[in-house]
Amino acid sequence: MAKAGSTVEAKLTVELRNGYHCNSDKPSDEYLIPLKLTWAPGVLEAVDIAYPKPNLEKYSFSDKPLSVYTGDFEIVTKFKVPATAAAGPAILTAKLRYQACTDRMCLPPKTVDVSLPVEVVH
Amino acid sequence: MSLRTISVAIFTAALYCCVFTGCSNLTSHAAVKAEKDRHVAPDFTLKDAVGKPVKLSDYRGKVVLLNFWATWCGPCKIEIPWFIDFQQSFKDRDFAVLGVSLDDDGWKAVKPYVDEHKINYRVVIGTEELSQLYGGIDALPTTFIIDRGGRIATKHEGLVSKGEYQNEILDLLDGKSLPKSAAVARGVPAFFWAK
Repeated sequence: MAKAGSTVEAKLTVELRNGYHCNSDKPSDEYLIPLKLTWAPGVLEAVDIAYPKPNLEKYSFSDKPLSVYTGDFEIVTKFKVPATAAAGPAILTAKLRYQACTDRMCLPPKTVDVSLPVEVVH
Repeated sequence: MSLRTISVAIFTAALYCCVFTGCSNLTSHAAVKAEKDRHVAPDFTLKDAVGKPVKLSDYRGKVVLLNFWATWCGPCKIEIPWFIDFQQSFKDRDFAVLGVSLDDDGWKAVKPYVDEHKINYRVVIGTEELSQLYGGIDALPTTFIIDRGGRIATKHEGLVSKGEYQNEILDLLDGKSLPKSAAVARGVPAFFWAK
């Protein structure tokens, strides 16, 4: 529930399978595809997206350590609830783009849909 | 103002699809297939960096290393210098490397990379249609070695050693696994035909 005129947070939990990594939101190389969460305009306004601190990992295919995420991690979005937001249920939607690899191969970049049901109260 | 936390664990089928299930068995591996087990490599025509058409069937009679890659693929970049070396070393022996980039940004991303790394073989931008013709390219790099008769002799998914590629190329160049049809066309004695 989101009270009109307040700020709320939503945590998106991502789980990567053992052996895989995905590039962080700020990869080490300009060619690499960053992790990116993008919220569509909605009843709440996304004012900040906080990505976790990445790991610097060395892989056999790279001369330098890469800025990556592995295992489980959370992306935290801070939303502003406008005072004039209409009361009632709503769905916030977002797209999460990521690109994952092992130490031998890479999967194509993917964009997945994210939906967050909310209820605005006054 | 109070800060409220909504914890949401979101698992989508798509996120699971490749990352959690791995999409395919990625233990690459293949020795050169027996001639009877090889299928014809699907033909295609795509334009190279200077706009000239690249038609796979024009390479009939040559051994072709067909490499699916992308600029964002770290393991792919390990292999590319090897392929540059093969293109140079075997160019007088009826051999060619063809690169198929699956970069969504197309030439905007690929051309600078080709120039920067002095890639000496022809590169095209792949399409979803081409990927499907080749069984769906689930992972990069994916590399096919095609025999002189235009048939797929090996397929590798993921990073492979340079030596393994070289051995397979030499097997096919030396005619140890020469398809009978190509052997007849080239006048190769019968005892060299693959069984």
